Amino acid sequence: MKITFPHMGSLAVPLKTIFEELGQEVVVPPSITKKTVTLGVRHSPEFACFPLKVNIGNFIEALENGADTIIMAGGVGPCRFGYYAEVQREILTDLGYNFELIVLEPPQGSLWGLLANIKRLGNHRSWSEIWEVINIAWKQVLALDVLHEMSLKIRPYEKKKGATTVLYERAQKLIVKARTHEDITWSLDKGKELLNSVDKKTLDRPPLKIGIVGEIYMVLEPYANLDIEKTLGEMGVEVDRSIYLGHWIKEHLFPKAFRSREGEEIKKVAQGYLNHFVGGHGLESVGRTILYSRDNFDGVVHILPFTCTPEIVAQSILPEVSKDYKIPLISFSLDEHSGKAGFVTRLEAFLDLLSQKKYNQELKGAV
Amino acid sequence: MPAIGIPRALLYYDYYPAWKKFFEELGLEVVLSDKTTKTILDSGVKVALDETCLPVKLFYGHVDNLKNKGIDYLFVPRLVSVEKKRYLCPKFLGLPNMVESLMEELPPLLDFKMDLSRKKREFYKDLYALGRKFTINPFKICLAYRKAVKELKRYEEKMLAGFTPLDCLERGEGENREKKEAAISLGEGKLPVEENLRIAVLGHSYNLNDPYISMDIYGKLKKMGVKIITREMISPSAQMEGIKNLRKDIFWTFGKEIMGSALYLLDKEKIDGVVLVVSFGCGPDSLIGELVERIYKRHRNIPLLFLTLDEHSGEAGILTRLEAFVDMVKFKKESA
Repeated sequence: MKITFPHMGSLAVPLKTIFEELGQEVVVPPSITKKTVTLGVRHSPEFACFPLKVNIGNFIEALENGADTIIMAGGVGPCRFGYYAEVQREILTDLGYNFELIVLEPPQGSLWGLLANIKRLGNHRSWSEIWEVINIAWKQVLALDVLHEMSLKIRPYEKKKGATTVLYERAQKLIVKARTHEDITWSLDKGKELLNSVDKKTLDRPPLKIGIVGEIYMVLEPYANLDIEKTLGEMGVEVDRSIYLGHWIKEHLFPKAFRSREGEEIKKVAQGYLNHFVGGHGLESVGRTILYSRDNFDGVVHILPFTCTPEIVAQSILPEVSKDYKIPLISFSLDEHSGKAGFVTRLEAFLDLLSQKKYNQELKGAV
Repeated sequence: MPAIGIPRALLYYDYYPAWKKFFEELGLEVVLSDKTTKTILDSGVKVALDETCLPVKLFYGHVDNLKNKGIDYLFVPRLVSVEKKRYLCPKFLGLPNMVESLMEELPPLLDFKMDLSRKKREFYKDLYALGRKFTINPFKICLAYRKAVKELKRYEEKMLAGFTPLDCLERGEGENREKKEAAISLGEGKLPVEENLRIAVLGHSYNLNDPYISMDIYGKLKKMGVKIITREMISPSAQMEGIKNLRKDIFWTFGKEIMGSALYLLDKEKIDGVVLVVSFGCGPDSLIGELVERIYKRHRNIPLLFLTLDEHSGEAGILTRLEAFVDMVKFKKESA
């Protein structure tokens, strides 16, 4: 059994840990490149959303490298993601690949199917062993998230462009290698040290603060969002990302008692703009934007894959939110046709507006 | 008598008889928007986001059309789910909020959520709250609901018998005349019938039944002497039979109906071709359509035409493709 899975941000790190520690062979798909996307687009339905196309590209490249088992998540709607795996299985079968696709999803019938699948993927180790391995992977996820958040805070202050990214990547590698609780704790401290060692300049004005909302895949996967966090950071902006992998897992997969109250809060503030969940991250995008404005952010960037249904609902509503809460907002609908140059130009124009608005307000305050 | 406006779009084709009955029983006047025209579609396209699918853009247009009709309320229900464990498209879930955000100077929207995915109690509560706005008599609400359900059943039975929604909704009142027209409309009447050429036209009812945005596909095929089969003519149990071999249940009601009909027809009925009509950017259909296409391709028996519609579709192009398809189906049949 050679296991593979789709890329989504740093998702490959914990998954690789889990399966390797349980004694399975893992074929991580090559990092997403233009080739991946071209392959995916060629074989995917025309107006399926972008993540599905990239997934297909990942799978093809991994199968070519010898993988024979694909792990995919599922869902029960109404977002299209829940039916991804079924379509992907047919596409890859028609392409003539020999593989098994295992879908991990909330069971429609009995819990046994899901448990049996986990046991099989876990190389039939005991449940306590599987639990232990998942625990380590979970710790990795959290450590990666902490480092990422730090890098976003530090990047606008860096003296030399790109310095933060270099050190951040080095810190990431430490976590990737760490496979015990002690190692991860040590690597995290080391990683923090590394990031803090970035040469910083003193800014005469505090940096602009921008929040990123949108669909989870587009927010987490740098290739898909044209590296928006790095781009903004290097333009001197402090970025806050509303979705982290660890955070998402906590809010959606943990039992209710472990969740923060945030989900409820988002629902509450979005009331009046969007009164019902619409699948995907539609409701979160609306609620988060309001929360960002409450936290005095200077602007919000909304990212969605082209034709994403839940996010189109959000995108239709966000301009009104932006007007009522006086928080500038820009939406990017991205797919395989998005070009970086146009994207950067629009971001620059947006930032110009934000800094003018902010600066003018400060002047008024002084008078 | 307060007037309530109902846009002639989206779920109008599935539930209008029930809505009409319900509101009329409560003593309201029901006002429909005009039939789709270019002006209506354009006014919808103007307010909508580019990426929104054609039927939702059209819905905005019909809402806009209703504004000057002197209505007191606008009925834009939030239809979350109409059966257990299945949803409608996310756009239906957010529809009232989108309408409110994008359009100005609207009459008050009637807030009504229909969610049958879980317990029915909540639905009754919402329904009661809706009725309470117009009457204080709970029995009247209950009665109106039962009459509405009855009306809906009658409507659905009629469609199973071979009427298209437009036959029932917009043609004359007299049963006889309707029957005759429907008979003609299905190619069984006086029109020159190409014996046995049976083509199924599958897609969302709100795309197919609006003659303007569907470019009157039904009419065009009928003129070519084709006998049409629509999703409404295939019973729910037959649709369920169609999807029973799928590995995963489809969690969209309309997706299930389209897929179920397509697979049922593939196995059980003698048809000569299928036309699958999809609007550009439709979330569920991008996946359901792909699956249907792949399954038909593997069987190699029945030709399938995949038509994508949006506001830029030209009538001539659609006609050419339909003609070519029908020709091909005819050749295939004759050569067999």
